[in-house]
Amino acid sequence: MIKTDVVIIGAGPTGLFCAHQLGVIGLKCEIIDNLNKAGGQCIELYPDKPIYDIPAIPECTGEELTKGLLKQIEPFNFKIHLNQRVEKLSKEGNNWKLTTSGKNEFLSPNIVIAGGVGSFEPRKFPVEECEKFENNSVLYSIKDKSIFIEKTVSIFGGGDSALDWAIELSKNSKVKLIHRRDEFKGAKSSVDKLKQLEKENKIEIFTKYQLSKISGDSKLEGIEIKHDDGNIKLFKTDYLLGFFGLIMQLGPILDWGLNIDKKTIPVNAENFETNQKGIFSIGDICTYPGKLKLILSGFHEGALAARGCFKYARPNEKLRFEFTTTSKAILERLGKAK
Amino acid sequence: MFLHACPIFFSYYIKRMAKITYIKHNGKSQTIDVENGLTVMEGAVQNDISGIDADCGGSMACATCHVYVKEDWFNKVSSKTEGEDDMLDQAYKPKKNSRLSCQLIISDELDGLIVNLPEKQV
Repeated sequence: MIKTDVVIIGAGPTGLFCAHQLGVIGLKCEIIDNLNKAGGQCIELYPDKPIYDIPAIPECTGEELTKGLLKQIEPFNFKIHLNQRVEKLSKEGNNWKLTTSGKNEFLSPNIVIAGGVGSFEPRKFPVEECEKFENNSVLYSIKDKSIFIEKTVSIFGGGDSALDWAIELSKNSKVKLIHRRDEFKGAKSSVDKLKQLEKENKIEIFTKYQLSKISGDSKLEGIEIKHDDGNIKLFKTDYLLGFFGLIMQLGPILDWGLNIDKKTIPVNAENFETNQKGIFSIGDICTYPGKLKLILSGFHEGALAARGCFKYARPNEKLRFEFTTTSKAILERLGKAK
Repeated sequence: MFLHACPIFFSYYIKRMAKITYIKHNGKSQTIDVENGLTVMEGAVQNDISGIDADCGGSMACATCHVYVKEDWFNKVSSKTEGEDDMLDQAYKPKKNSRLSCQLIISDELDGLIVNLPEKQV
């Protein structure tokens, strides 16, 4: 059980800057994220796309912004728990007890939900029968590529993940790549490489086809794909891989007794507390009159929520307002004191 | 003096609307008057039509306002811009007549438009 002043759910820009503000006022926090790296939507949806509306930064990419924010919180040594989703929340006295899918337990008087539009999860095949083979022969990510050696693998999707894996696995497996339209979203160099492999008969490509059925009882045996014009093809396959991008789901947060309005959490704009004492919500996931879904608004919300957390974390202390330029205490926390 | 009653001036007072019909997966349909200039997505969200989520708020950064445009309307709506098909790859059960409703801007030409909503968005 990890005891801390604040648990932040979500390591996107809003969550990271809130952590900075907590560090500045002398509180400790732990950050949890479902992804395998910090940065949230910035890193998952647009790592290379420039952002033009961060104050005083005329242009930066999602990746650069994330790096900057991580550097900014370095002095505080806050731990970021990646690859785990928050699951259960319960009240224990004045504290909240939070359990993650990684079986970590946290005890804290404050929870800050900076969850964006929910946790990212892979989009799955729309064919229901796929569920029974999931994590077995129907996969949405690859942990160990050696399982595919000398096997037949059917890969669905048109983005970089689908193309990269099709190219990689074609070295040792019989690969079919299936996409719902003629164009591929992935890098041009990958598309060229695929065309080359297709010419050399090292890969089969089917476009304008989508998965329509799968067969097999205890083990996946075959799939049926359907062309836009109704034409149907049947194959035997050992593995089925789907790379359709990520969708965002609020998940267990829905069951925590919070008010929810159209997938967002209403808060008061004074300290961003929700209808539950000690649970705050900031960034894209919160809503209040005048809410703007901008990163800069998330920074402001994080700064105020951090102050809101102080009263529960240090009930017997009074928070004094100080500037980072002049406060000796803050400079010490930042490791800048002489 | 009675300018407000003159048809030419009257057209400045009234907001131009188009009738948009949203048919849910279960067959239930709702027809709404949507102001010109708004999107088919905004028409649904503002009128509490469930089945269109629009998580990203209309910036073509997700695929949760996915609709199927009735065949005879598909060629009349504005064509897809770069990137829309890439997002539609991530939609639930995309078809040939799939569109993101945040990219369909209402105009007089779309008066009577019918869109079908998918079974689910996420």
